[in-house]
Amino acid sequence: MTGTRSRRLALGISLLVALAALGLLASGLLGRNIVYYWTPTQLLDAGDQAQGARIRLGGRVAMGSIAFDEATAELRFRLHDDSREVSVRAVGTPPEMFREGIGAVVEGTLARDGVFEARRLLVKHDNRYRAPVEGRHSGDPFESVEDL
Amino acid sequence: MIPTAGNVLLFAAMVATGVLAAAGWVAGHRRSPGAADLARQAAWIAAILLSGATLLMEIALLGRDFSVSYVAQVGSRATPVWVTIASLWSSLDGSLLFWVFILGLWTASLARATRRADPDLAGWSLATMAGVQFFFLWLVLAAGRPFVRMDVIPPDGPGPNPLLQNHVLMAIHPPTLYIGFVGMAAPFSMAVASLLSGRLEADWLRTLRNHSLVVWGFLTIGILLGGWWSYEVLGWGGYWAWDPVENASLLPWLTLTAFFHALLLTERRGQFPGWTLTLVLVSFLLTLLGTFMTRSGVFNSVHSFTQSPIGPVFLAFIALVLLGVAFLLSARLGALERTGAPFTPISREGTFLLHNLVFLVFCCTVLLGTLYPLLNQALTGDQVSVGEPYFEAMGRPLALALVLLMGLGPALPWGRTPPGSLGRRLALPAVAGLLPGLVVIVVSGGTWLPLTVGLAAFSVAVSVQELAAPVRARMRASRRGLADGIATLAGLPRRVGAHVAHVGVAVMAVAIAASSSLEVQDEVTLSPEESVSWQGYTLTYLGEDVAQEGFRVAQRAWFAVRRGERDLGRLAPAMHHYARASQPIGTPAVRSTLGEDLYLSLLRIDPESKAAALRVYREPGVAWLWIGGALVALGGFVAAWPRRRRREVTP
Repeated sequence: MTGTRSRRLALGISLLVALAALGLLASGLLGRNIVYYWTPTQLLDAGDQAQGARIRLGGRVAMGSIAFDEATAELRFRLHDDSREVSVRAVGTPPEMFREGIGAVVEGTLARDGVFEARRLLVKHDNRYRAPVEGRHSGDPFESVEDL
Repeated sequence: MIPTAGNVLLFAAMVATGVLAAAGWVAGHRRSPGAADLARQAAWIAAILLSGATLLMEIALLGRDFSVSYVAQVGSRATPVWVTIASLWSSLDGSLLFWVFILGLWTASLARATRRADPDLAGWSLATMAGVQFFFLWLVLAAGRPFVRMDVIPPDGPGPNPLLQNHVLMAIHPPTLYIGFVGMAAPFSMAVASLLSGRLEADWLRTLRNHSLVVWGFLTIGILLGGWWSYEVLGWGGYWAWDPVENASLLPWLTLTAFFHALLLTERRGQFPGWTLTLVLVSFLLTLLGTFMTRSGVFNSVHSFTQSPIGPVFLAFIALVLLGVAFLLSARLGALERTGAPFTPISREGTFLLHNLVFLVFCCTVLLGTLYPLLNQALTGDQVSVGEPYFEAMGRPLALALVLLMGLGPALPWGRTPPGSLGRRLALPAVAGLLPGLVVIVVSGGTWLPLTVGLAAFSVAVSVQELAAPVRARMRASRRGLADGIATLAGLPRRVGAHVAHVGVAVMAVAIAASSSLEVQDEVTLSPEESVSWQGYTLTYLGEDVAQEGFRVAQRAWFAVRRGERDLGRLAPAMHHYARASQPIGTPAVRSTLGEDLYLSLLRIDPESKAAALRVYREPGVAWLWIGGALVALGGFVAAWPRRRRREVTP
């Protein structure tokens, strides 16, 4: 009997250790893979902390700010919210829906020069899809984005 | 006319469901066969009434009756028939109606399955089902309200969300997933009945298993079709993004899969009956959580098309069910009799238990990653999401462990493994796994791909060995050749089903590993008539055209595809413009072969130069994902196939 009992104890303890290790691994991975959803104001308030962190920056594309260099495929524009503005740099052809004034979300991080380096560009997909009303505020800049 | 009739039908269904609940309760409590019969009749009547209400809504949609509020909300005169039919589940109010309709059908199916069951089991399970049905009916009538008469009848409606109109899979994927999701209520009710009556006989377990297998088969197909839709419509070259809504469908699939394996322990060895039932109860809770996640709008997701105020009510319902389940388990678990055989670790049951554990850890991992943003927002107020690398890093080793156990389990015997027999059982599969693994190391390198290929080949070899064993035994006994040997497999649907599903999982694992580690993507811009060589293909941009497709305008970019000297035809990725959508919807074009897919996704066509910018993907092995998935679901259905009842042999 003692044989089986001690074997069970050993089995139980090794299971617990394995689960604890998995839990640690999971929490470590979680910590490293968090993507922050920020507005330009939050990004600028965070300052240096924003450098290197994975961030989804959501805002509106500023009027007259889109510049696309066909030779280098570099896309530059500015995203703004109610009060502040951030310059964004991305590589790649802007998608058809990408225009001035639309809601957009970029994923990437803040570079040292204060420009946001976007790896991914997502255009806000208008879920309710009525004709866009100029100046209409959407509550949540991250609501219904489509990956492109 | 239709609004009134629809509401009358729904109210009548609610009354029938009330009768069902009461009669089921009496049948369960007093073991009354009469009450059980009444419950069964009520279940059928409710199912017919719900079918009537759903049919009425389809008639209203097809007849463009904009006096019905739901038709005014999602109907349109421009949509083709299939979009019009699929509009039923394109928005919250209609999808709730569709939901409760399927639930009604499952309740009727349960009523049919419990014809011969004892009145207490039949009664308790039907009463539980009625409780769930009552809640959803109440949601339809109180929150969904699809049949409201419009005061001002609009001349036309907006049609469903363009993303849902963009591919015909939207007509198939939601119903299949719903059948699986909603159907989970049936196994749940049966497990509750077992706990309440303290009984878990072989017959009841068989009914429970067969219902669960059908639910699982539909769930499998539904999840796959969702991935396929994502692949064919969203244009990012992938099929799974660890999106909350995708995870919501995966979670109950994981626990239900674990359940089938636990069930074998209970059926064959009488072990862990409580654990087996717990897995069913948890699976149902996870479908409720999944429904909440897709329908409440609290998650940012590409698949979530409805945002609604039903969140809090739903959360309360989940809490209620959770409390009920916890109470039932603590109060009634002791009532289940245990006649379990002693447990031995190095055996089939040992691997099954380990496998259950890995499934559970997998489930917790996905759940943690899915709910973390919500918890974080509640605690700190920050909006965050959990990136795919978390899921990939956690999921890959766990999935591989499962593939390994999938091979190891069936290779071991029940009970004690005779010393020395392990080598004989595993030698052939081990060789079968090592060889392809080594070949892949040489050809493509990497860690995950060769490991996946090796383990998958190992488990396929075990499955083949397990299916060959009865064939060989039969041939040796009857001496009538291979055909007769193979015919014996017809009498072993569970074994055949299990191994077909296992082979399917192995195929899927390889397809996922290949497509994720060998994918190549690029961005190219071509002027008309210009060609580009890419990954062995030659793409020539022929020019653009614009096609009127009735409900939409397709702006297509035509490409001639060649490989060496061989003409592979044309591909036309497009931008679809819907009349009421402010933005066009990109629609990729895919050339799919067994080896690899060529996937073109149009980014934009320059209005002046007509130059087309597109993203090109080479996706190896994706076709095998769908093939493997089809095998998995097929395995489930084969295993659920009723064995012919042997006539009682009376000497």
